[in-house]
Amino acid sequence: MANKQLTIEELEAKAKGIRRLIIQMLAKSGSGHPGGSLSAADLITALYFNVLRFNPRDPRWPDRDRFHMSKGHCCPLWYAVLAQTGYFPEEKLFTLRQLGSILQGHPDRKTPGVESASGSLGQGLSIALGMSLAARIDKKDYRVYVLLGDGEIQEGNIWEAAMASGHFGCSNICAILDANGCQIDGRCEDIMGLEPLAAKWQAFGWHVLEINGHDMRQILAAYEQAKTIKDKPTIIIARTVKGKGVSFMEGVVGFHGRAPTQEEAQRALKELE
Amino acid sequence: MAEQLFQRDIYGQTLVKLGSVNKEIVVLDADLSSSTRTNLFARKFPDRFFNFGVAEQNMMATAAGLASCGKTVFVSTFAVFASGRAWDQVRLAISYNNFDVKIVATHAGITVGPDGASHQALEDIALMRALPNMNIIVPCDGPQTAEAVEAAANHPGPFYVRLGRSKVATIENKGEFKFGQAQVISEGNDVAIIACGIMVSEASLAVKNLAQQGIKARLINMHSIRPLDNDVILKAAKETKLIIVCEEHNIIGSLASSIDEVVAENFPVKVIRVGIRNRFGQSGEPQELLKEYNLSSADIEKAVLANI
Repeated sequence: MANKQLTIEELEAKAKGIRRLIIQMLAKSGSGHPGGSLSAADLITALYFNVLRFNPRDPRWPDRDRFHMSKGHCCPLWYAVLAQTGYFPEEKLFTLRQLGSILQGHPDRKTPGVESASGSLGQGLSIALGMSLAARIDKKDYRVYVLLGDGEIQEGNIWEAAMASGHFGCSNICAILDANGCQIDGRCEDIMGLEPLAAKWQAFGWHVLEINGHDMRQILAAYEQAKTIKDKPTIIIARTVKGKGVSFMEGVVGFHGRAPTQEEAQRALKELE
Repeated sequence: MAEQLFQRDIYGQTLVKLGSVNKEIVVLDADLSSSTRTNLFARKFPDRFFNFGVAEQNMMATAAGLASCGKTVFVSTFAVFASGRAWDQVRLAISYNNFDVKIVATHAGITVGPDGASHQALEDIALMRALPNMNIIVPCDGPQTAEAVEAAANHPGPFYVRLGRSKVATIENKGEFKFGQAQVISEGNDVAIIACGIMVSEASLAVKNLAQQGIKARLINMHSIRPLDNDVILKAAKETKLIIVCEEHNIIGSLASSIDEVVAENFPVKVIRVGIRNRFGQSGEPQELLKEYNLSSADIEKAVLANI
C-alpha cells in the first residue's frame, strides 16, 4: 500500500529532503555516486510516495508492486527513499558503505525493500522481465518498475531484455530511463551516442513517453498513463539534469562517482534548504 | 553391452515429471530447446516455459527475476553459453543473490564432437566453481541425470548441472545417489581413480583391465563437484597413496583442482590428472577425440601403470 497521496508541493518538499539525505550520506561515507542519485530523485520520490503498492512492515508481501534499481550505483537515492517510507530507521543511512552495513555500496538483498542485487550494469531490465513473467504465471496484478540509466543502456543485455519484454507483451513493466546525458567519461553523445532514444524503444515494441524528469506533474501523469497501456511495456524517457538540485554538481560529469567533501556538502545543503 | 542413454532425454523427461508435481517450476531456454530437450516441458506446460531466442544474458538475469518471486527456475542452453556467455549474469543475479536458479547445461566437453572448439565447453566447471553459493553436479549417466536434476530441484540455491551431447553407457551397481556424497563403485587399495561425467564409464573400463593385471583400483564417481565429498577423497588418499583424476574438462580449475586442494591441505599424495591439457578442442567424432586428447580408458590405464 502506498502512503497517502501527497500533493505536488508535498512531493517536491519530499524530494528536496531526499536530496539532502543523499548529500549527507555521501559526505559521511566519503565515496559513492551523487550525480545520478540526484538526477533520478524526483522520479523515485514520486514513485514511492504516490504510485507504488507496498508494505514496509512486510517487504516480501506477494502482491507488492516491484521496484528494481538497475543502475545500482544510485542506491543512495533508493536507500534514502526506503528509510523515508519506513523500511528501516533513518540513522542506518549513515552506515552506507561501512563494513557490515545493511547498506552496501551497490544494492544487496540484505537491505529491506531490495529485491535483487545490482551494480553490474545492464541486468536490471531482465530482472524486471522475470518479475513480470512471474506475475503472469501467478495471475497477479502487481506492476514492475525499473530504473535505468542512459549510460547503462549501452549494455547489450538491455536490448536483449527490451526485445523480449516487447515480444512477450509485458504491459505490467514500466521502465524509467533517467536520461541525464552524462556518463563517467563524459557526455553520452560524445562517448557512445544513444539518440534517437524514443525511436529505438518504439522499434523494440515499447510504448514510449518523454517527460521532464524534474516536473512532478509530468512524472505522475506518466506513471498513470503507463498503467493504461495494454499489450506492451512502457518506458518513460525522463530528461533530467545530472546532479540536479545542487548548482555546482549540475551537469558536471566529475560528480558521477565522487562524493562531496564536507565543505561541498555544507554548500549543497544550504542550496537544498 | 550396457544400456546407452542421452542424458538430455532424461533431463527433459525429469523436468516434465517435476513440473507436474511442483507448479513453481519454470523452464527457460535460448533457442536450443529441441537439443536440450526442454521442449518436452514446453509442450506439456506452455504457460511455464519461455524461449528467449539467442540471448543467454537476458535469459539468465530473467531467471533471477523469476526466482525473486518464488519460482524454481530451470535454465538450459549449451554449456559454453551457459557458463561463458552469461557469466556476469550468473555471478551477480543468480549466485550473489543466492536464488533458486538451476542451470542445466548440455553439450559440455570434448564429446560434443564435430561442432568443434567453439562449442566444446572445457572450462565451464572452473567458471562455476569460482562462484560462492553455486552447487555443481556432473552426473555420470542417464539414470543419474534424473537424480541430479531432482536434487537440484529439491535443494535451495543455485545449481550448475553438466550434461553431455552424446549417449553414455549406464554405470551398473553404483549404489544410492546422495547429493554431495561420492559413490564408490569398486573397492581397491592400489590406486584410487576419481572421475565424473562420461569419464566414469572410461574409468570403469580401465579398472576392469587393471584388475586382469592384478591391480586393484578403487573407482569413485565424484558426481558432486560442489559440495565436494572430502571424506571419501581423504580416505582414498590415505589408503591408496595415489589418485588419478579423470574429467572431460581442462585440467585447470575443475575436479582435479578440487581434489588437489583437499589433498594438499590435508594429506598430500600424488595426484595425476587425466583431462584436457590446457588446449582447445577440435572437430572429430567423440571416440576419436577422447583418444586424441588422451581421455580414453587406455590413457587412464597408462596413467595408473606409469605412477603406481
